[in-house]
Amino acid sequence: MTTGSPSYCGHCGRPADAEDHAACAVRLAMEPPRFCTRCARRMKVQVTPRGWTAECVEHGVLTS
Amino acid sequence: MTDILERARTKVLDDGEGLSYDELVEVLQLPDDQIPELLQLAHDVRMKHCGPEVEVEGIISLKTGGCPEDCHFCSQSGQFTSPVRSVWLDIPQLVKAAEETAATGASEFCIVAAVRGPDERLMSQVRDGIKAIQAAVDINVACSLGMLTQQQVDDLREMGVHRYNHNLEAAKSYFPTVVTTHSFEERWETCEMVRESGMELCCGGLVGMGESLEQRAELAAQLAELGPHEVPLNFLNPRPGTPFGDLPIMDSADALRTIAAFRLAMPRTVLRYAGGRELTLGDLGTRDGLLGGINAVIVGNYLTTLGRDADEDLALLTELKMPIKELAKTL
Ligand code: SF4
Ligand SMILES: [Zn+2]
Ligand SMILES: [Zn+2]
Repeated sequence: MTTGSPSYCGHCGRPADAEDHAACAVRLAMEPPRFCTRCARRMKVQVTPRGWTAECVEHGVLTS
Repeated sequence: MTDILERARTKVLDDGEGLSYDELVEVLQLPDDQIPELLQLAHDVRMKHCGPEVEVEGIISLKTGGCPEDCHFCSQSGQFTSPVRSVWLDIPQLVKAAEETAATGASEFCIVAAVRGPDERLMSQVRDGIKAIQAAVDINVACSLGMLTQQQVDDLREMGVHRYNHNLEAAKSYFPTVVTTHSFEERWETCEMVRESGMELCCGGLVGMGESLEQRAELAAQLAELGPHEVPLNFLNPRPGTPFGDLPIMDSADALRTIAAFRLAMPRTVLRYAGGRELTLGDLGTRDGLLGGINAVIVGNYLTTLGRDADEDLALLTELKMPIKELAKTL
């Protein structure tokens, strides 16, 4: 595994390099990530009218 | 027999009467090459009976996910393996969302919770939230908190809730295929209580859930019978993990026919683009719908998915010379 590149898909939560996630990438333009790309945990996601935040208990908060 | 568009012109445009179920079925069966004419008629109806203004609204999820109900389209049901986790918004975040919404020129801000109906904790959170919003922002507050008791209807009205959203979701004949944990009649009952209370009723549904064309007409006719102030029209955005997660995205021509049919069923209602339009209609279709009967939009993001960029929508309205409806100072 290369450091820095995500290990998991933020949309489906499956390993990033095990399959093609092109469709997931399209989805990620229209919705926030649901899975932490570092540990695949489901994140707590809050969508607001002009943004979103997604929190992994282990890896902290992502914002749009 | 004269052509359905001909008859609709007289009945809806001239006389201001909505089309019947049978007539709506005919509208939904119109061939693709008659869609431009259909949209033009729906637009004319909207302009004559509602005017050029567009009502802009923002929505926020106060309580996300973990809902005990099983609406098959919904990623917030706790009954499916959807990746959406349960989360609550706090009051400062709620006020910030209302401020962001007001900054777009929107007149409505809708607080939504994924619940069967509100419990004491939710009602008290809503009460505090509305107070905080009213102290900070000039905007009408709407709520969508599921099925209500008469007491809760009265309490919400007392709190200053301007409009209450509760969708029929689907036609009565299709409802059991979409939801099994509550009935169409239970939804209808809450809607009637809201309408009688003096709060404005916002009630719509989703299309593209595998229903027949007749059931689409049925939904429009049932909404017309209920007579809501506003009808939000959603196009299914198939959510991973839900029973409807593998359904195809609705055909855009069918979506446009549906928009026009809803307008012809309800000439005076606020007909709002709600979820799924980005996927079903894209940029071009969004414009066609605004010129085909739609006179309200949700600006910015939805509850769990992202919408079109708010600035793009506002620019489109300016380009179409459709002014944003100003906040009514009538409360
Ligand atoms: S009641 Fe509302 S939040 Fe709950 S599953 Fe149905 S649509 Fe989703
Ligand atoms: Zn993926
Ligand atoms: Zn993580």
